Amino acid sequence: MEKALYTIISNELIADKTYRMRLAGPTGSLKRAGQFVNVAVDGFFLRRPLAAQEWDPESLAVIYKVVGQGTEVMSGMQPGQGLELLCGLGNGFDAGACRHSALIACGGLGASPVFSLAKELIDAGKKVCVVMGFNTAADAVLVDEFKAMGAEVHVATLDGSLGVKGFVTDAIKAAQPQFDYFYTCGPAPMMKAVCTSLEGPGEASLEERMGCGCGICYGCTCHTNSGAKRVCADGPVFKKEDIIW
Amino acid sequence: MVTAVDLCGVRLANPVIPASGTFGFGLEMAGEYDLNVLGGISLKGSTREPRFGNECPRIAETPDGMLNSVGLQNPGIDALLNDKVPALRKVYSGVVIANISGFSLDDYVYCCALADKCQDIDILEVNVSCPNVHGGGMAFGTSACAAAEITAAVKAVCTKPVFVKLSPNVTDIVSIAKACEEAGADGLTLVNTLLGMRIDINRRVPILANRYGGFSGRAIFPVALRMVNQVARACSIPIMGCGGVSSASDVIEMMMAGATAVQVGAENLRNPFASKEIVEELPKIMQKLGIEDINEIIGAV
Repeated sequence: MEKALYTIISNELIADKTYRMRLAGPTGSLKRAGQFVNVAVDGFFLRRPLAAQEWDPESLAVIYKVVGQGTEVMSGMQPGQGLELLCGLGNGFDAGACRHSALIACGGLGASPVFSLAKELIDAGKKVCVVMGFNTAADAVLVDEFKAMGAEVHVATLDGSLGVKGFVTDAIKAAQPQFDYFYTCGPAPMMKAVCTSLEGPGEASLEERMGCGCGICYGCTCHTNSGAKRVCADGPVFKKEDIIW
Repeated sequence: MVTAVDLCGVRLANPVIPASGTFGFGLEMAGEYDLNVLGGISLKGSTREPRFGNECPRIAETPDGMLNSVGLQNPGIDALLNDKVPALRKVYSGVVIANISGFSLDDYVYCCALADKCQDIDILEVNVSCPNVHGGGMAFGTSACAAAEITAAVKAVCTKPVFVKLSPNVTDIVSIAKACEEAGADGLTLVNTLLGMRIDINRRVPILANRYGGFSGRAIFPVALRMVNQVARACSIPIMGCGGVSSASDVIEMMMAGATAVQVGAENLRNPFASKEIVEELPKIMQKLGIEDINEIIGAV
């Protein structure tokens, strides 16, 4: 974990009420895709936990949707402004668990934390199929970026405005991807459907209201098949067989 | 410049202590900085049996503060004494404060007697003020009689200093503090969280699954300060001041109100490095205020 002041490079609207913020600052504490940062927003007591979408040695990107007052304030921030982040939080995905080919199933902004995972898998010579679900085409993020990195991409929208009409699980059924390991991130009902419908091993990134984000307050503890676990520090990524839905 | 303070014969290199429940068992932060900069660490509240605590959500934000309804998640007294404390001692030589909670007089006596025998624990903090558990915790700390009864029973089985952590959710904290002092308490920790609530106005439900939770953070500092001052003026045993402390100047203010040591709580959650930063800042503000020995300001107001 590292606490530092970052400088906003850009803060762009990329989908409906959805922004990508690029920040310049230290990223050495980010070790694995699926880790997150905790953003201090002036005027708000607690930080906002956001997944690192991608990073290089000098900068990182987060994607967020305006869902409350804190993210509303963030959406108005300008390049050049400073933001204090706690960086390198959470355990992240186990890219090594996939031998040859991976299925990545994501819903909404769940596409953000799996983005670097897909890149890492492809760079390691593995085959990646990404199945993405959104409510509607206006919510879609990162679809072209996943395609550009060489992943096989399938999209489902609830209203049929983009890709298959239906849920992520419908698109998976239609695509029939071959994989030896799956990764999922998105709304809990979607991840539950993915984890309970897919044969074979996999892991999911859970979400819970957090206090500290770094394991000291025990505010985000969930029940798992291996006992009580803190979503922020023991997770957010848990193996399929550990998760109690 | 003197920053060391004394709590019933236990020396703290400085008065800054992460408060119970806001710093885990210390170990969680051991990889982030040298814990030895801290005056003491008050460990997460522990009970006779392991507890999961309440269901999530158990965190909600408020203006300048937060609510929690964690509900004493802990691995139980045996794991505290056999695993957590010995592991902490490998990396930390400062003062260790065990925070004990219970659901009956017998629970408190049982756990405190065990903790008292643990050589790695310096001070016992008896939590009669947790607002997040039913049939225990705060139920004892909101009655002078019950608080005194627990204090006396715990003191009868302990040789180490016993601090009783009191609830602010009372009409007269001074009478409860005095009852604990008369029952033999060596010191007091003031205060635990204030009972609060937030509602999700879109869904028309409480944000916390437990409905209510403990309110902490900067917003409660003036309330905590007032209670520390009221009790300090009425009692002669030392006080660990707690509630909304977020800076070295708050530490000074809390000590001027009457605290001998100061616990940093919710601020650790927004900034896990807060306690360390406050320790680093303390000598600078002492210099600015012309304070040579921090003990000279205790109860100055």
